[in-house]
Amino acid sequence: MKAVRGGVSRREFLALGSMVFLMRPPQQQDSLPGAGPSGRLWDPERAGRPLPPTTARDNDAYLQTIEKRLRCTCGCGLDVYTCRTTDFTCTTSPAMHRRVMALQDAGMNADQIIAAFVKENGEAILMAPPKRGFNLAGYFVPSVLILIAGALLVLALRRWTRTPAVAPAGQGAGAPGVSATPEELARLQHELDQIDA
Amino acid sequence: MTLLGSLALWLAFLLGHWAVVTGVVGGWKQRADLIQSSRHAVFAMCGALLAAVVSLEVALFQHDFNVEYVAAYTSRNLPIFYTWSALYAGQKGSLLFWASVLSVFASLAQVLTARRHRAYLPYVGAITSLVITFFVSVMIFTANPFERLPYTPLDGRGLNPQLQNPGMVFHPPMLYLGYISITIPFAFAMAALITKRLDNDWLMAIRKWTLLSWLFLSVGIVLGMWWAYVELGWGGYWAWDPVENASFLPWLTMTAFLHSVMIQEKRGMLRKWNLALIIGSWLLSILGTFITRSGVISSVHSFTQSGVGPFFMGFLLIAATASFGLYFTRLHLLEAETRLESMVSREASFLFNNLLLVGIAFSVLWGTLFPILSEAVRGTKVTVGPPFFNQVNIPLGVALLLLTGIGPLIAWRRASPANLKRQFALPLTAGGLTLLVLLVSGMRDGWAITAIAIGIFVLATIVQEFWRGASARHRQYGEAYAVAVGRLIGRNRRRYGGYIVHLGIVTLFIAFTGMAFKRETQATLRPGESVTLQSPYGYTYRFTHLGISQYDALNREVTAGTVEIARDGKRIGLLTTEKRQHVDAFKRPTFEPSTEVGIRSDLREDIYIVLGGVVNGTEQAVYRFTINPLVWWVWYGGMIVALGGVIVMWPGGAPAVRRAQAGYAVKLVGKAQ
Repeated sequence: MKAVRGGVSRREFLALGSMVFLMRPPQQQDSLPGAGPSGRLWDPERAGRPLPPTTARDNDAYLQTIEKRLRCTCGCGLDVYTCRTTDFTCTTSPAMHRRVMALQDAGMNADQIIAAFVKENGEAILMAPPKRGFNLAGYFVPSVLILIAGALLVLALRRWTRTPAVAPAGQGAGAPGVSATPEELARLQHELDQIDA
Repeated sequence: MTLLGSLALWLAFLLGHWAVVTGVVGGWKQRADLIQSSRHAVFAMCGALLAAVVSLEVALFQHDFNVEYVAAYTSRNLPIFYTWSALYAGQKGSLLFWASVLSVFASLAQVLTARRHRAYLPYVGAITSLVITFFVSVMIFTANPFERLPYTPLDGRGLNPQLQNPGMVFHPPMLYLGYISITIPFAFAMAALITKRLDNDWLMAIRKWTLLSWLFLSVGIVLGMWWAYVELGWGGYWAWDPVENASFLPWLTMTAFLHSVMIQEKRGMLRKWNLALIIGSWLLSILGTFITRSGVISSVHSFTQSGVGPFFMGFLLIAATASFGLYFTRLHLLEAETRLESMVSREASFLFNNLLLVGIAFSVLWGTLFPILSEAVRGTKVTVGPPFFNQVNIPLGVALLLLTGIGPLIAWRRASPANLKRQFALPLTAGGLTLLVLLVSGMRDGWAITAIAIGIFVLATIVQEFWRGASARHRQYGEAYAVAVGRLIGRNRRRYGGYIVHLGIVTLFIAFTGMAFKRETQATLRPGESVTLQSPYGYTYRFTHLGISQYDALNREVTAGTVEIARDGKRIGLLTTEKRQHVDAFKRPTFEPSTEVGIRSDLREDIYIVLGGVVNGTEQAVYRFTINPLVWWVWYGGMIVALGGVIVMWPGGAPAVRRAQAGYAVKLVGKAQ
């Protein structure tokens, strides 16, 4: 009995299959540690905006200090450093980072770079308003008011502790006095202190 | 169902008006029939609003994309968990949530208020109904959650990826419950002012409500911090964002109230101040709602700009004018019954505590509104970010922490030098030694050192209080120490629950100092490549990029980076961090790709890894590696605060204490005679 009527026999089919298998080019392994060049992703679009490799300057502490003083203008409310290392879909903070590096390359120090940004974008570019003019009110009004309120509170406390206490309702002149010796009152005070403590 | 929802809103609107009118007239004329009618209207309004909530939820679960709100915040493939939370994910739904929860609280206030406080109820019903009616009006006239589209989209836009996090399911309701429940103490305060019943009676009526609001706000704020930490990816939990500040403001004033109310209860003082604090807290909760919804201040958390801002502004101004106007007409009835006896007393320390809490609230409000002020005065917009708030508030916060330790150690009325010596010797020694150890160990961050040393001082005061109380019980009743501590808490829940709250606050403060020692680096790694980072504890972490995998999940396409972590050469595990592209049921992208952080926590520090993206479509990945010390303690601190709050609120306890104190007073009087 023939294995296959007409067409290809079973033996021929297996031989053909083996040849196809053997002739397949070896597949390149990816994702293995130390395996050399990185494999391509199945769908790069899913991974968001393609990013350039990080450079040593991206981790430069001096640049970070500058960028933490500047607000990203994308609307996130974060500083440039935090935005560029958090919201990787943002294109504004990387551009501002490049601008900071360019200004540093042009020989500017931190204050000059900040001043250049303020000149271009106004004071709103700073994460905190500069301490001058009306902005001083922003920094010092709360502290000054708290100090004034504290001083008034101390004065009021002094006045209150000097004037005799107002008798509580129902315990005024008509209330019977406590007949106790000073020793007993002292003991009572001591006991009350113990309870309160 | 949406027709039912719309009708329910209109019904609530009409019932609200009826409840206000009958409540006020009934209370004023002492007409029992009108008072009863007002009470029924409050219940009916609650029913109508709950029907509206059910209608909206049904529309959400049925994917009725003809409803604009459903199409804007859900999609067919949104997990059920988040479909439910879409109720309060957007402006319109959250207004409905606000109004319906307040109507539940208003009904509970009518039902649960003790008989002896019933005189306030007509006005409480009227005021809560007025607030609910305002919210219902906003919905009906500008932000109707049942508004229909002229067409029906095939699928909705879906929920913002950042809101698809378990934290967002629990955090907003908790915060809303906190905001909303402040209305009940406010309503009682206004009822007390209207009826001129300004003794301590109204305070007794609102005690549980104020604690409940404070507890919800506390839990809501900490959950919000947790959500921000695990979801936003910037590596922190508090950014002084206007919306965060809006939740913090009423928490501060409510905390001040919970302290100062003790002085009114014990000494009959601060009656004006306590009323002002309750009114202020409620107005701040409405201000917070205004800030979140108006778009007047830019914030990553706020709802999109809409037409509700002017409504809220108008309501806020009218409410502030009316409530403080009434308050000023009653000032003569709010004189203190007693005066302070000594500067060195618990009352005085609580006054300073109140000064600082309200001062911090003012400084946070000032900073939040300063950009508007600057623009109005100078025509120049400024940004007020974390550097500003940290500079202004850290010293105030540390001073407040110090008072947290000092206050409970000083006796009521007048502390003697012997009392002070006895109370402060051990805690001061503990704090001083801590300071010394930190300095010797080379720590140089001034505020962190100060906060930790003061934190240890406060911790020692708490331990001392528990130790003394438990020792006394051990001596008197022969109880084992563990049993004695349990009974100590059970017998005086308010006092010892309060200490547990303080313990939570200390834990939080010490945990906050961890951020001063944060370490981070960015790196681009091919599979197999590593980068090292030194932790502040001296460990060397090695992060090895293993590879990138891509797969589909229910409503998103995931690109995941896997990193192997080794500490001082010893492998401690793997972390995965993701980029997520959310899609609708037809695989169309709905939002920009979002990031899912990989976090490994232990008691010392968190490893926090963010996959930034890939280079040229390859497995070469850009990561940010961060080491955040002590973050786990922020969550523990929050849990301890909540536990303390629950203990303070737990029913019972207080009457026994009052009985015991009364018995003690009788014994002393007996002895004196």
